[in-house]
Amino acid sequence: MPSLWIQNARIIDPASKRDATGDLCVNDAGKIVPSLSAAAKKRARKIDAAGLVACPGLVDIHVHFREPGQTHKETIATGSRAAAAGGFATVVCMPNTTPPADNAGTIQAIKDAAARDAVVRVYPTGCITAGMKGQSLAPIGSLKRAGVVAITDDGDCVQSNQLMRSAVEYAKMFDLPVMDHCQDHALTQGAVMNEGVMSTRLGLRGWPHAAEDIIVSRNVILSHYTGAHIHCQHISSKYSVELIRRAKSRGVRVTAEATPHHIALTDKALASYDTHFKMNPPVRTEEDRLAIIEGLRDGAIDIIATDHAPHTDYEKDREFDFAPNGIIGLETALPVVLDVLVRRSRFKLPKLIDLMTRRPAELLKLNAGVLAEGAPADICLFDPAEKWVYDAKAGQSKSANSPWHNQTLTGRVKTTIVGGRIVFDNGRIK
Amino acid sequence: MPWHRKDLITLEELSLDEINQIHATAAAFKKILGRSVKKVPALRGKTIVNLFLEPSTRTRLSFDMAAKRLSADVISFDAAASSTTKGETLRDTAENIRALGADMIVIRHAASGSPLYLSKILDIPVVNAGDGAHAHPTQGLLDTFTMREHLGDLRDRKIVILGDILFSRVARSNIHALIKFGANVTLVGPSTLVPHWFTDLGVEVSHDLRSALADAEVVMLLRIQHERQGGAHFPSLGEYTGMFGLNKTRASWLNPRALIMHPGPINRGVEIDNDLADGPNSVILEQVTNGIAVRMAVLYLCSGGQPENVIGTSD
Repeated sequence: MPSLWIQNARIIDPASKRDATGDLCVNDAGKIVPSLSAAAKKRARKIDAAGLVACPGLVDIHVHFREPGQTHKETIATGSRAAAAGGFATVVCMPNTTPPADNAGTIQAIKDAAARDAVVRVYPTGCITAGMKGQSLAPIGSLKRAGVVAITDDGDCVQSNQLMRSAVEYAKMFDLPVMDHCQDHALTQGAVMNEGVMSTRLGLRGWPHAAEDIIVSRNVILSHYTGAHIHCQHISSKYSVELIRRAKSRGVRVTAEATPHHIALTDKALASYDTHFKMNPPVRTEEDRLAIIEGLRDGAIDIIATDHAPHTDYEKDREFDFAPNGIIGLETALPVVLDVLVRRSRFKLPKLIDLMTRRPAELLKLNAGVLAEGAPADICLFDPAEKWVYDAKAGQSKSANSPWHNQTLTGRVKTTIVGGRIVFDNGRIK
Repeated sequence: MPWHRKDLITLEELSLDEINQIHATAAAFKKILGRSVKKVPALRGKTIVNLFLEPSTRTRLSFDMAAKRLSADVISFDAAASSTTKGETLRDTAENIRALGADMIVIRHAASGSPLYLSKILDIPVVNAGDGAHAHPTQGLLDTFTMREHLGDLRDRKIVILGDILFSRVARSNIHALIKFGANVTLVGPSTLVPHWFTDLGVEVSHDLRSALADAEVVMLLRIQHERQGGAHFPSLGEYTGMFGLNKTRASWLNPRALIMHPGPINRGVEIDNDLADGPNSVILEQVTNGIAVRMAVLYLCSGGQPENVIGTSD
């Protein structure tokens, strides 16, 4: 592997509070080094990064790669390519595969596929409950031994408080975070969008934010009671943000994530019943959207994660009630949050990068998200000002279910480096 | 003003002028319905497919009758015996119907937004005959047509819609039309079925039946739709009737000449007493008759007819 000499980049590494224009060097072992020898510089591959930002390869702890079982939507190979195209060097995939990843064998199969096919680092999670049925615990210790970095029934939510209590207590023994999709089922039967003025107008069944708030409250209480770490996924409601903020102020071990779509969109986007805006939890009101942004600003919400959820065009191309939830997001995450948070909400760029690198890596204790000397050279180079039209059908994901298809975005990933190897460069997977 | 719309999906998107055009055209067609020969050749040679993917009796019969009065060929789609039960998508079903040569599709579907979805796929007119809890535009048109026949101008008239508003496409379509006519609309019923979100549409929301009905000039009752609720929105039908059913005592709170309306089917003894449903203030059967004239107007206009060209309408 050749050494890399990245020149004249604006280097942003939130972990070391570095934000300065300069050079970034990677040795032939794929590690970050302070400099290269004169001889090594001669042999190194030079990258002129003038005008670009160099930051740690982005880290997304919430993606759906659909393998095994639904590889017509995505595979670990295509999902990892989409990640690379979006500047992500590390992703954590959800266990709601077919069959669900609730046993060591399936985890091993995922790890084997990742080792064989992935161009970025892919870490598996395991289920909280057997078969994701919410009835009995999955073999959490065996899952940990097999290599999961967290457990979650994402896409679903453990309804039994007793079972959830057991899960978090048991997982704490293995120092394993429990990630929860916060949704009270009884309050959301048949629901397809946020409950409110828009659902009333459109005649669609509403998903009240109270259904999220109740489970977030439950998780706060269980985390406080057991001392376990519970991570609330894709927070969508203002009141949930407030619940988490208050819990943190009391020292409760609750963390939370927000998605680019909940940061950028509201339920007004559903006016024409476009299924590319159908997701779970649903996008909500402007008040909720702004509260999520404030949560990211003051730390109530810890990180940004995409919830990349591929579905084929024919699955999304149908009546709104019957279309599946979810959108892809890996290839658009960075420009979308650059626009909403940096340009429109006055976040500092290092703060944004922190939310997408160091902090998600720390949250799941992944060896990623920093540009420190000796660290694996996972690097994202992006142009924060380049305008481009996103063509979801020409993207790296196997699916194209994106609300940003054909939209002009600002900010574009140019190069993604994983362990010193260039895996994506100028629109192409290497 | 010429008619430009290919489809009729909602009343929300129509201007007051467009609703007036439909009403004027319906008035002309209604005269035809009073003749011994109740048929005109306006849509001769055209084929209309009634794509009813949700159970319906009166709306389907009404569209059938309206199309036949316009001399169109009508094919009614039997959802239970169709490919949709074999998993065929709505897009494929509709594209096949188009390929078979249909000139217009009238669709009823349990999923809100389906007619809009279909209208974007097809190059032929799509008429919404009711989609989920979203819209039932021809019902809103026939209801307001009936009100105007009795009351004339609807501006500042107090109109009450009573019952299961949350799940009612009829309520939504009537609200959009009545607001355009300048009426004062009050929604009343249990708080679980009349959420406060509706105020955003420009109406009042009340859970006090007496004050809501006081001096109202129209009360429109809605059927309690058990099949859509999927849960307990109120304790029992008996309690609903006890709290919100329209009986003689409560009807006395209305303006004495108030119209009693219902889109049907009626749950007699639940939302309304028998005597009132069949009483002198009830215009329920007039609504049914007007439905044919209104649907004739909609089919005629969306297939390219112009209001001023309605043929054979002289007395």
